[in-house]
Amino acid sequence: MKRLLALGAVSALALSAAPTLAQDVTITNARLVTGDGSAPIEGGTVVVRGGAVVYAGAAAGAPASGSAIDARGAWVTPGIFATLTTLGLGDVSAVGESNDISAGGSPFSASLDASSSINPVSQHILVHRAAGITRAATSTIPSGSIFAGQGAIIDLDGDARPVMRARAFQMVDLGEGGAQLAGGSRPAAYALLSSALREAQALVGKPGIPQTTEIVKDDEVLLSRFDAEALVPVVTGAQKLYVGVERAADIRMVLALKADYPKLDLVLVGATEGWLVANEIAAAGVPVIANGLTDLPETFEQLGATQSNAGRLARAGVKVAINASTMQNPRRLQQVAGNLVALTRVPGASGMEWGKAFAAISSVPAEISGMGGKAGVLKAGALGDVVLWDGDPLEVGSVPTKVFIGGVEQSLESHQSGLRDRYRDLDESDLPKAYDW
Amino acid sequence: MIPEKTTRARFGALATLVSALALIAGATVADAQSRDKDRKRDKDKDEAAEAPAFTATPAGETVFASTYKPYPNIATAIRGATVYDGKGSVIQNGVVFMSGGKIVSVGGPETPIPADIAVFDGTGKFVTPGIIDIHSHLGDYPSPEVEANSDGNEATSPTTPEVWAEHSVWPQDPGFARALANGGITSLQILPGSANLMGGRSVTLKNVPARTTQGMKVPGAPYGFKMACGENPKRVYGSRGRMPSTRMGNLAVNRETWLSAIDYANDPKAKRDLGKETLKGVLKGEILVHNHCYRADEMALVLDMAKEMGYKVSAFHHAVEAYKIGDLLRENDVCSAIWADWYGFKMESYDGILENAAFLQREGACVVIHSDDKNDIQRLNQEAAKAQAAGLRLGIDIPDAAVIQWITYNAAKAMGIEDMTGSLEPGKMADVVLWNGDPLSVYTRPERVWVDGALLFDANDPKRRPVSDFELGQPGEGDVK
Repeated sequence: MKRLLALGAVSALALSAAPTLAQDVTITNARLVTGDGSAPIEGGTVVVRGGAVVYAGAAAGAPASGSAIDARGAWVTPGIFATLTTLGLGDVSAVGESNDISAGGSPFSASLDASSSINPVSQHILVHRAAGITRAATSTIPSGSIFAGQGAIIDLDGDARPVMRARAFQMVDLGEGGAQLAGGSRPAAYALLSSALREAQALVGKPGIPQTTEIVKDDEVLLSRFDAEALVPVVTGAQKLYVGVERAADIRMVLALKADYPKLDLVLVGATEGWLVANEIAAAGVPVIANGLTDLPETFEQLGATQSNAGRLARAGVKVAINASTMQNPRRLQQVAGNLVALTRVPGASGMEWGKAFAAISSVPAEISGMGGKAGVLKAGALGDVVLWDGDPLEVGSVPTKVFIGGVEQSLESHQSGLRDRYRDLDESDLPKAYDW
Repeated sequence: MIPEKTTRARFGALATLVSALALIAGATVADAQSRDKDRKRDKDKDEAAEAPAFTATPAGETVFASTYKPYPNIATAIRGATVYDGKGSVIQNGVVFMSGGKIVSVGGPETPIPADIAVFDGTGKFVTPGIIDIHSHLGDYPSPEVEANSDGNEATSPTTPEVWAEHSVWPQDPGFARALANGGITSLQILPGSANLMGGRSVTLKNVPARTTQGMKVPGAPYGFKMACGENPKRVYGSRGRMPSTRMGNLAVNRETWLSAIDYANDPKAKRDLGKETLKGVLKGEILVHNHCYRADEMALVLDMAKEMGYKVSAFHHAVEAYKIGDLLRENDVCSAIWADWYGFKMESYDGILENAAFLQREGACVVIHSDDKNDIQRLNQEAAKAQAAGLRLGIDIPDAAVIQWITYNAAKAMGIEDMTGSLEPGKMADVVLWNGDPLSVYTRPERVWVDGALLFDANDPKRRPVSDFELGQPGEGDVK
């Protein structure tokens, strides 16, 4: 029954959010994290003008500005960059009609385009924005074939244009899951991949209706003509190829693809056993979106699972982002990064120092997503995604107090905050709870 | 990466082979039964009117008895640590002294410690009771997650009170060791899954590696009984064209089953029935009900059904909407075993909020943080801390010691083992975790874990951690390499 005036004000902000212009924002007296892996700067200043960062660093070097938000020593960071997610592609995962995450009944696979179906005000977007995530890679998952389709890079500001980069990457599963989808074995998956890439290669420079052979099995289409066409930018290197793979031997096979298709722009996803081939991954210059804390042999391709995987990959010189897709929900990215810091204090384990762990959920995934220098980092020229926190952002329980995306302050309201406010008490002495809103 | 479709023809050949074996096995059993009948007839002629020649252990007597014996311990004290006792109290610069597998004393710095025992300096560190997970499927749904090991749901009938989760536990599940080393888990309840309205008996285990499941069972722990509300039972059975296919069907099948169990319990001449023996145990209050239930309105219905049939619900598990009825749950003395941040993965979890635990605590209702997950069981302390922080943001200030109680004493109480473990009190099992920092911080891990006074994990000793049979000779070898 008791309402806070402040919450009313935020709701008004939400209503007016649609075409809001970027504000000029200066935040002073911050424990400033720039996201590039460096240690926090005490008493730091961030200046955002016209939606972009113009300064982030020690107070002394900041340009003069008018009014400022005094962070009073609070943590200030770039927005979290979540990869890989399904944000914007569904409401309730177990309610099939509400989600666009998979389409096992479709004849299409590689040509599926996540950017066609982003709901910018999905509750998952609102909830995760309030958790400090400002940009994300989002994708359908492999369901009818080994190819998941084309993922998008989105922002979480809830406006009419959530897609920053459509068709940013193609994803393919070359692990146990892909083997099953291809008909039952890894060789089947590789034969399908090889056939698909050769069909795509043959289509390079040939516009119009694609003239290729469809690959079918019984009544299922494993590669349609339009899927082959969708793989053209993969073979030319114009579009990244994210490869889901866990076993060390499978990782070697994926790295070897570059011998036949030198232009492939590969990213490994999962890579539970990556630590066993860390030097080879580093030498190939292939980044990894690694499962952060997977430490159980959940499958026979993850027998070498260890919490030290991400730390060991990073130590070998691999560019490592933390994979959001194996978590209960992507707002756990901070918790997983915090756990990697915890591992630096466990004898025999490998983790990451605080700055590197934060970078693994901000600047590094942004770089892997083709947003290097723009997202996940606070420096001149970057997007004005700034988050103020109520505590150490990697500590469990810390949440943002303010979130700016592209210089626009965001509402932190959602279905969840509505329930939270309604059930602050159970008082129904005047009216039922349904009137408490 | 979870493919939507799984194996197709791949297991065809295997299925044929299995069928053939089944036929052979069937023949063998039939032969044996026939021989037994002949023998029995002969015997009947000889011993007519005497006591039956063949008897099973009578209902109610202990079967599948625990063979667990605590491992050797040395008298040990920890001093200088911040000690949470599990019942809501904290002692700064405290002393915990254990000997003979039991807690001997817990107190401030003046607490006497005998000479010539092992003493650990806990300065800057924290001590809690062993963490208890009230909701786990380790062993029943083990790693690797292959069909051959998937033994958690007897999803062939909506009511299977006759099954016992302990008969599915694979003690070589590598998940037990991870829960010990990363989560400080010393006891856990393994429950059947939630496909069925009545899923069967649970079992309470010590998190001690053993060659047999009996070697893990907590001696004297009461059994639990798993029930499930909502979407799962009606989906699983409705999709097969059988009852229940609705929530009203869920309640109807439950009530019919309870009525039948009451008849059985009242009939001294009733023929033995494994399922009804379990239900009778519930009616007698010897077996504790753990009811998977997300929605507030459904929990309220279950409480009325329990009143109607004369049993008690010990805890609602998952209880995503418990915060809407904290008053009702307090009045009925029911615990809510919940996650900190799971939401939105199914319709009945749509109203999940971070404040669930804090709102329950505000109402004075019992809170337990549970995992239901082989990964989250490694971090129950962190999940509890998340739920605490959500409360603090709304001005509900729950002390750290009370938060630790959510994952120790409260869990033990809802499982009926609070007189044995779950708190640091003289005479109780010496289930103890020494943490390398504040257990409610993401940066903290267990440094040492004692189970009944035996040191079973030591972060500083690579050999003092379990590696399951399955992981021997594998690349990671239990995450020790």
